[in-house]
Parts: sequence; structure tokens; C-alpha cells
Amino acid sequence: MSSFRRWTATHSWIWSFLGAGALMIVMLPFLRGQGIEQVGQVAIQFATFYVMVGLGQMLVIALGSGNIDLSVPGTITLAGFVGLSVSSGATGTLGACGAAVAIGIGAGIGNAVLIQVLQIPPMIATLSSGFVLQSLAIAFSRGASAVPSPLLQAISVHRFAGVPDLAIILILASLTVGLVLRQTRFGRTVLASGQSIRAARLTGLSVNSTIAIVYILSGIFAALTGLFLAASVGGASLDMGQEYLLFSIAVVVLGGTAISGGEASPTGVWGAALLLVLSVTLLNILGVGAGVRFLATGIIIVGVLGVTKPRED
Amino acid sequence: MSKHTSMALRRPSRLSPDRLRVVVPILALLAMLVATGFLQPRVMSYFGFTLLLRYSLPLLFATMAQLCILVVGDIDLGIGPFVSLVNCIVASWLADQPWLCGIALVGAIFAYAAMGAFIQYRRLPSIVVTLGFSFIWLGAALLVRPTPGGTVPDWLIAATGFRTPLVPMPALLAIVVAFIAHHLIMRTAYGTVLRGIGSNAAAVERAGWSLLVGRALLYGAAGFCGVLAGLTLSGLNTTGDPWVGAQYTLLSIAGAIIGGAEFSGGIVSPIGAVFGAMIMLLSSSLLSFLNISTDWQLSLQGGLLTLVLALRTLSVWVGK
Repeated sequence: MSSFRRWTATHSWIWSFLGAGALMIVMLPFLRGQGIEQVGQVAIQFATFYVMVGLGQMLVIALGSGNIDLSVPGTITLAGFVGLSVSSGATGTLGACGAAVAIGIGAGIGNAVLIQVLQIPPMIATLSSGFVLQSLAIAFSRGASAVPSPLLQAISVHRFAGVPDLAIILILASLTVGLVLRQTRFGRTVLASGQSIRAARLTGLSVNSTIAIVYILSGIFAALTGLFLAASVGGASLDMGQEYLLFSIAVVVLGGTAISGGEASPTGVWGAALLLVLSVTLLNILGVGAGVRFLATGIIIVGVLGVTKPRED
Repeated sequence: MSKHTSMALRRPSRLSPDRLRVVVPILALLAMLVATGFLQPRVMSYFGFTLLLRYSLPLLFATMAQLCILVVGDIDLGIGPFVSLVNCIVASWLADQPWLCGIALVGAIFAYAAMGAFIQYRRLPSIVVTLGFSFIWLGAALLVRPTPGGTVPDWLIAATGFRTPLVPMPALLAIVVAFIAHHLIMRTAYGTVLRGIGSNAAAVERAGWSLLVGRALLYGAAGFCGVLAGLTLSGLNTTGDPWVGAQYTLLSIAGAIIGGAEFSGGIVSPIGAVFGAMIMLLSSSLLSFLNISTDWQLSLQGGLLTLVLALRTLSVWVGK
């Protein structure tokens, strides 16, 4: 037992998978008529979006020093609207992806400037930039077509052997992020900054450019989430990004990444995303209203935070 | 070494950071009032001000709630949905079941205090916990009132629309709130201890004060202010809506920060925050007087917040 404990201390992501597995088992008796395969597919589809936005947030949070990206909902909404309207134009799907990536880069650069040049605390900087992005989305949404081109929609829901293409791409992306964090100078600088930004600076690591790149990556991840989320549900809406602020942070924290920074677990992001999606799915199967769904999601997140090990100072 | 001596030798300037903290929002508010009066001269009357300041009460109390949280260096991302919850409780129960409504509101304040205790006890980041709780408040609001509706008793509507002689009630109340908050947070001994938690929690704890009690108390106070915000909003809107409070999260943070609060170090300014709240309120009126689409309201509010913090950084650079 003690060796299991020692193992979980360094592999805390296992808890999110155990939780997701337990939920799956609880769900079994309620699956009237619907196959487990179907529920699993829908769960993976939405977990993919949580992971997509979560990976970026994970990198930001791993930087430590209070770094967090609260501009996620604004980026998602703006990229959703702009991306869909570009997708029906001459440049099509490729143009839509390009537009989304450009929005993500723009949001990331904006955040990096606010945080690094103007020295605004990340929380406030990204909160305000998020509202600026949201307001751009509101202005853009007037008269814009919020319907994806057939090709873009087909791509966003296409499945390969039952698994959504996007999920496969995201699994590869998570592996890449994990590899980058362990093996590259950039990744190690991210984790080193999270452990001690002063030490990282004194070591001569290029901390500032790393922080900027991380915010840009987070922007790109959020923007692509917005594009594909809007495409897969058949349209963008002004409140589409709202829930993703909490979810992006929740999948990171519940997945075993320390909120104080310095470590990151892409595997845990998947576990936590599945856990969250499955709990929402279970609530939907039970036929509860939006109120109970919000309430239960909030209680699950706060509850899991409550049982995890307190930070040692 | 040399830095410290030069700091000590320099005569304290007349515009010390602490004074700037209050002076800047006052000047900004004056500038906005002048601009408003220039664009829309009819505003400069008792009735004009009453209309202009109509929605200032909920914002004022929401900003004070945020200020309580900022005292300990935390941030509350759930105050908006909490205001919605109070609004739904009031619109659903106050008229017919006042006791139930009272119990629910007191319970909500205790829930806020418990949230603060939870954050302290588990040493969790406030941003994640309050964001998690924002779903709980929203869920509860939707449970109480799934769709907009309900009624607010006439006495509450009358109270929020009460017309005091000479100076409109919202302006008077703003002064009273600023005075009380300034006294409690800046002038009392325990207020200093509470600010100390935001500045150096370990030192305060070693001096024998309970961080748990401090945080719970401040979060409870924030909950109380949140309830006042919800009550006044209900009186103004005369109906309940589970989504109505969403904007107050950004507005309250922006108001408190523009009003001089720092994000760390237990540095807050209750008087500045009152001015900050008024600035946020006027910003949206100013947009409509300038004939700019309300689509850009969020941009302006987010931009104002960024601008003030950027200016603060610049003033440090210039000061060096």
C-alpha cells in the first residue's frame, strides 16, 4: 500500500482517471437504450475540447507566479465567430484555421505585453483582455454568418474507427506537449520558471520569451477550441466560451498540475476532462435541469479541491 | 544599501503613492463628470444625477464586496453570479415568505464566510475556488428561478428609489459607505490586522491572530455586501433573473482596482473604491452619450482597468 501511495504522490493524475472510471461504472445502470459506445463517443468529443483549451491553460499555470489565462472565453468566442464566417468565404477551411490561429497569436501577444511590459498582474491583465476580445466578438457577431462551411463542420465531427479525428490529433498534441516539457529547453524553462522564477533567471534561461510564447500557445489552443467547438455544434454563440473558463482551469487543477506552478501533467488533463464530461453526461442522462448541472459541477470541482493534499508552505 | 539610504533621505513627496491612490480616481471621476455634463448638459441637475446614478447602488456594494476579498490579496470571480442568486431569492420569496427569504440570505452570507474559511484551511488559490463557487451560485440561482420573473415587494422598490432632499440618495449613500468602510478597514486595529494578512500572512499568524477567522470574517463581510448589492438590484429591476449579475464580476474588480487597490500586499483604498465604482458606472453612460454602440462597453471597461494599471507601472518608471 505504501508503495502505491508513493507512486500516486508523483503520479497524481491517476485519481482523475479513477474518478472517471468510477463515474462510467455508476452510469452503466442508467444507460437505457443508449449504448455505452455512444455515450463514450460523445464524452470523448467534448473531452477533446476541454483538453484543447486545458493544454494551453496548463502551460500557463505551470509558469507559476500567479500566471493564469482568463482571456480564454473571449478568445474562444471571437475565434468561433470569425473562424466560421471566414470558413464560408473564398479561403474556406484553411482560411478559417488561419484566422483562428491569428486571433490566438494576437490574444497571446496582447496578454504577454500587458503582463511583461506593463507589469500588470496576469489575472487582471488576462481578465481585461478577455473582455476586450468578448466585446470584439459582440461587435463582429452583428451581421456575421455564424454557420460553419459544410467542409469545416464535416472535419470537426469526422471519426476514424469510431474515434473523432480531433481526439486523435489532441492525443498526439498532448504527447507532444508532454515530450516538449520534458525534453526541450523551452519546456524545461517553463517548469523551472514555475519552481523558482528567480533561479531560472539567474541560470540564464530566457524566461521572458518563454512566458510570452506560453501565452501565445494558450491563445492558439483557445482559438482553435472556439473554431472547432462552433463548427461541431453548427454555429457560434456569444456565450459559447463562458463555461470554458472554469473548465480550462478545472481540468488542469483536477488533473494534478500544481496551481503554484512548476509541474504539469497533460495525462491528468485528459483524466480530468473525462471526469468532468462524464459527470455532465450522467446528469444529462438523469434528466436534471441546468441549475442542478451547474450546482453539481461546481460542487464536484470544489469538492475535489477540498480532498486534494493542501499545499505545503 | 545605497538604494535604502536614498529612500530614507528623500523628503516624502506631496504626491506619495498612497495619496495618488485616492487622487487619481477622484480626478478621473471629475473628468468623466465634466465630459458627461459637456455632452449632455441636462444631466447636471438633481433628476439628471438621479438617473445617471440609478444603478450605482448594486455596483457600489458589489465593489465593496470585492474590496473585502482584495484586502487579503484574494480575488472573487463569483460575486456576479452571487448577486444573481440574491436577486432570485429576493424576487421569489421576499414578498410571500419573508422568513424563508431572510434565512436564505443569512445562509448565503454564511456560505461566503465558509468559502473563505475553506480557502484558508486548505490553502487553496482563491481564484480557482471562487470560480468553482460561481457555478454553485449560478446553479442555485437557476434552481430558485429557472426563468426570469417573480415580484419584488413595493417597499424595497420604494426604498431603492427614495429621493433625499438636495443630493440624490445614491450619492449620499456612496459617501456613507465610503466613510464606514474607510473607518472599519483603515482605522480600526483589527482592520490593520486584516490588511496585514494580505501583506504578510506568516507574520500576522505568528503574532497570534487566526488567519482562518480573518479570512472567514472578510469573506462573510463580502457576502453581506453581495446581499446588499442583490437587494438593491432587485429593488431597481423589480424582478428576478438568474443571469442579471454576470457583469458585476468584472465591474467590481475594475472598480476596486481603479480605486487604488493593489493585487497584493493588502493595499486597498475604500474611498478610492467608491470613486472607482462610480467611474465604472459613468463609463457606460458616457458611451451612450457619445453615441457609441454598447457592443464596446466591455472593451471600454476592460481597457480602463488595463490603462489604470499601466499608468501605475509607468509612474513607477518615471519615479525611478
